[in-house]
Amino acid sequence: MREVHVKEITEAVKNLFLKANYELPKDVEDAYKKALEKEESPAGKEVLNLILQNAHVAKSEKVAYCQDTGVAVVFVQIGQDVRIVGGDLNKAIEEGVRQAYREGYLRASMVWDPVFERKNTGDNTPPVIHYEIVPGDKIKIIAAPKGGGSENTSRLAMLKPADGWEGVKKFILETVKLAGPNACPPFVIGVGIGGNFEYCAYLAKKALLRPVGKRHENPLIAKVEEELLNEINKIGWGPMGFGGKVTAVDVKVEMYPCHIASLPVAVNIQCHAARHAEIEI
Amino acid sequence: MAKEIRLTTPLTEEVISQLRAGDKVLITGYIYTARDAAHKRMTEAIAQGKPLPFDVKGQIIYYVGPTPPKPGEVIGSAGPTTSARMDRYVEHLLKLGLKGMIGKGYRQPFVKELLKKYKAVYFAAVGGVAALYREKIKSSEVIAYEDLGPEAVRKLYVVDFPVVVAYDIYGGDLFEEGRKKFAQLEI
Ligand code: SF4
Repeated sequence: MREVHVKEITEAVKNLFLKANYELPKDVEDAYKKALEKEESPAGKEVLNLILQNAHVAKSEKVAYCQDTGVAVVFVQIGQDVRIVGGDLNKAIEEGVRQAYREGYLRASMVWDPVFERKNTGDNTPPVIHYEIVPGDKIKIIAAPKGGGSENTSRLAMLKPADGWEGVKKFILETVKLAGPNACPPFVIGVGIGGNFEYCAYLAKKALLRPVGKRHENPLIAKVEEELLNEINKIGWGPMGFGGKVTAVDVKVEMYPCHIASLPVAVNIQCHAARHAEIEI
Repeated sequence: MAKEIRLTTPLTEEVISQLRAGDKVLITGYIYTARDAAHKRMTEAIAQGKPLPFDVKGQIIYYVGPTPPKPGEVIGSAGPTTSARMDRYVEHLLKLGLKGMIGKGYRQPFVKELLKKYKAVYFAAVGGVAALYREKIKSSEVIAYEDLGPEAVRKLYVVDFPVVVAYDIYGGDLFEEGRKKFAQLEI
């Protein structure tokens, strides 16, 4: 059993959220540069240029790329041969989030309770954490701050098996059409198909972590990703919804077996602030 | 997006009548921030006959909740939030003379009707390019609801703050007109 101290995890989480909020990942930035070549709309091109400039300023001056520094979403893949020592893992992650948001001049956007008082918790805690147990003796942590504007436009449907691919596609396209200018395009669209109610939503979010511009290794899924991307970019929203060809720079689909009676589909809309950073401990 | 127009706040009806959806505008002067929680409180204040944190007459509200400023800086990153969440509060403020709103995204159709009725405009800013907008804000002061943190009402002084007219008083709609030019698929 390899031992990892919680202090190391707090430190890692803190640094990941600082990095994610200040620096756009390279694959995402490259996708916007490519989009600039493809985009025909003058307003759309202008928005893409602003996005690239914004990324440059945020990174070089170490300020938040977007003022909505999001819900602190954390994916943790723990090797089954790792033993965590020195304290409570959940608390260690939460502490990393607290330090990043307080010390990094990031916005506190979490309120408790969600309905009545809605009082800001003051330090952007608690995070939303997804754990996964994997083989090996490493821990991989991915920080993915997610803004409210795009998250609000995400949707889930429990379709009927008879709805088939046409039904799935229609639901996805409708979701993107409705999201449009409100969710800060160009998007990366995360789609989860199959599993059950909660698992397809999880898959949709997890799909967003795959590098932009790379197709799924399963040829069936790769094909539907291509088809969806092509059709989404015919909707016409373009960058920031001012009209244009690039509404999304990529579509990521994950599938999972499902019940004979079900066809769950979840669409997680990722705005152009497609922020994530990761580390392996 | 043909013309580029320089505006200073407060806005007059005459100025507003010249704006058309798609016009690029650079705003200079004081503007006020408010988002969900501040709108809720302001509407409650109106219902109770209490004064608002500022006189909205002729003014512009910017839907934003900025990040905290770093030491020595005026404000943190400060891009627009989604306007549609404020739709239900709009009429109360327009009635009192509010003339402009800055935010991102489309709004419910009744907002367009209200803008025609009360002669006010909705400006779109580019969501997410928040580090750039920060550079256009020269002063920032919390004037109400400090307990709301990022949702407090702030008075900002902006210089050449870039926006686009999204909805004008004639029913013009930047988003729908933009999308129609490029739509190859109707859903
Ligand atoms: S949707 Fe994304 S880019 Fe737009 S304001 Fe929210 S976090 Fe920022």
